[in-house]
Amino acid sequence: MESRIRVLLLASVLMLTSGCATMHRHMHWPFHRHKAQASAQDADAAADAAAAAADAAPPPVVIDPQVERRKIKVPKIKAKNVELGAYFGEISIESYTAAPVVGAVFDYHVTEDFFFEAAAGRSKTGKTSFETLGGNVQLLTDDERRFTYYNLSLGYNFLPGEVFLGRNLAMTSGMYLLGGIGSTKFEGDQKFSVNFGAGFRVLPTDWLTIRIEAQDQVFKSDFLGTDRLRNNLSAHIGATVFF
Amino acid sequence: MPRRSTTKRWRLLALLLCLAPLPGRAAHRELLQLFVTEPFIELHTGPGRGYPVAQVVARGESVDVLFRRTEWFKVRTERGVEGWASERSVETTTLADGSPFKFDRGDRKGFQSHRWEGGIFAGDYAGATLVEGFLARSLTDNLKLELHVGQFLGNLSNGYIADLGLNHVFMPEWRFSPFVTLGTGVERTEPKATLVTPLNQNYQTAYAGAGARFYLTRRFFLRAEYRHHTVFTKSDANEVKQEWKVGFAYFY
Repeated sequence: MESRIRVLLLASVLMLTSGCATMHRHMHWPFHRHKAQASAQDADAAADAAAAAADAAPPPVVIDPQVERRKIKVPKIKAKNVELGAYFGEISIESYTAAPVVGAVFDYHVTEDFFFEAAAGRSKTGKTSFETLGGNVQLLTDDERRFTYYNLSLGYNFLPGEVFLGRNLAMTSGMYLLGGIGSTKFEGDQKFSVNFGAGFRVLPTDWLTIRIEAQDQVFKSDFLGTDRLRNNLSAHIGATVFF
Repeated sequence: MPRRSTTKRWRLLALLLCLAPLPGRAAHRELLQLFVTEPFIELHTGPGRGYPVAQVVARGESVDVLFRRTEWFKVRTERGVEGWASERSVETTTLADGSPFKFDRGDRKGFQSHRWEGGIFAGDYAGATLVEGFLARSLTDNLKLELHVGQFLGNLSNGYIADLGLNHVFMPEWRFSPFVTLGTGVERTEPKATLVTPLNQNYQTAYAGAGARFYLTRRFFLRAEYRHHTVFTKSDANEVKQEWKVGFAYFY
C-alpha cells in the first residue's frame, strides 16, 4: 500500500517538473530570463524576415478580376486553288480536216503567277482531200482517225484586269500563257507532243471561270511520207469551277 | 452512227460539267476574324498584285477571312465589302486576343521539312522520250516514299512505267541537295510493228539512281536524276535501261 502511494507521489512530482520544462517556452517565466531574451530576439528576426518577404511578394489584390480569357480557336482557312472543268472547240488537224474537239482540264494554282495544268482532249478527223478526190482510197481506218491527247503544262498569268458588263457588273479577268509536254495518239500511233498557247479567263464569280483558249499541239511524224513537225491548232471555249 | 452518239455523249458531258451544281457554300461556317494593326491594309479586286486596290481597312477594324487562293486571302470587312488581301498585309494583322496571325508561307524551311511533294518530269528512257508525273510522301526530312508514273514514246516502241521506291536526301537543309533512290516497278512495252502484230509485254523492274534537287522559290524546286533500271525479262539475260530526267516540283 505504502509503496503504491510512494509511486503515485513520485509520478506526480515527475509530471510537474517535466511540465515546468515544457511550459517555459510558452510562458516567459522570470526564472528563465536568458532563454526568454533569446526567444524575443528570435521573434524580432522572424518579423524582419516576414517584412522582407512582404516587400518581395506582389502587392495585395484589391480587386480580383473575374475575367475569363477568351481562347481563340483559329478556324482552318479553306484554300481554293484547284480548277476543274471542260472545254469544247475546233481543232485543225494538219493535212486533214478541222474537227470538233472536247476536253477536260485540271488546274492547280501554285502562286498568283504560275499554275500547273493537266488536260486531255479528243477529236476525230474527216477525210483528206486526197481521199475525197481519190474515190475509194482510204488512208486511215475509223479508229486511226481518232485524235486523242493529254498535256501536262505550266501556265503563267499575265495582264490581269477587269471586264465590265454594263454599269454595275465588274468581273476580274486575266490572260495566261501555257506550255507543256504530253502525248498525242493519231494515225494509229502514239507520239510525244509539245503544246503551247494562250488564253483569256473571266471570273463571273469567285468559283466560276469562263475561258477562251488557243493552242497548238505539235508532234513529229513520218506517216505522210517525210518526217516533219505537224501543227494542230485549236481554239476552244471552256468553263471551270474552283474548289 | 455510233460514232456520232459517242461524240454527242462527250458534248453532253462537257455541257453538264459547265453547268455543274455550285460548290457547297456553308452559310454558317466559322470565319477567322483578323484585326488590322498597320495604319491600313489594301483590298484588291482580284487575287493578284496587278488588280486595282478598291478598298482599305483602317487600323483597329477587323476582317473576316473567307478563303485563300495562292498568296491571297479573300476577306470581308465589317461593312460587308469583300476584297483580296495579300499575304504580306495579312501577316501584319492580329487575332482577337492580340496575338499575331501566323501561317505557313512556303520557304526554305518548308523545303527542308514538308509532307508531300509532286511534280512533272521530261526525259529520256532508253532512247524514248519520257513524260512522267510523281508524288512523294516524306517519312522523315531525309527519307521519302515516292511513286513515279510515266509514259515513254519511242521510235520502236511505246510504253508505260510505274516505279515505287525510297528516296534519301542527304542534306535536306541545303538549297542544292543530292539524293539517292532505290525501288521497284513495272514496265509495259507496246512495240510498234507494221508486219507482225506485236505483243505487249509487262515486266517487273528494279532501279537504283541518284540525283539532286534545287530550291527555286516559295514552294518550287527543280529536280534532276538518273536511274538505272534492270528489267526482269523472260529471256536469259535481264535488260538494262537507263533513264535521265529533269523535272519541276512543288512541295506542301
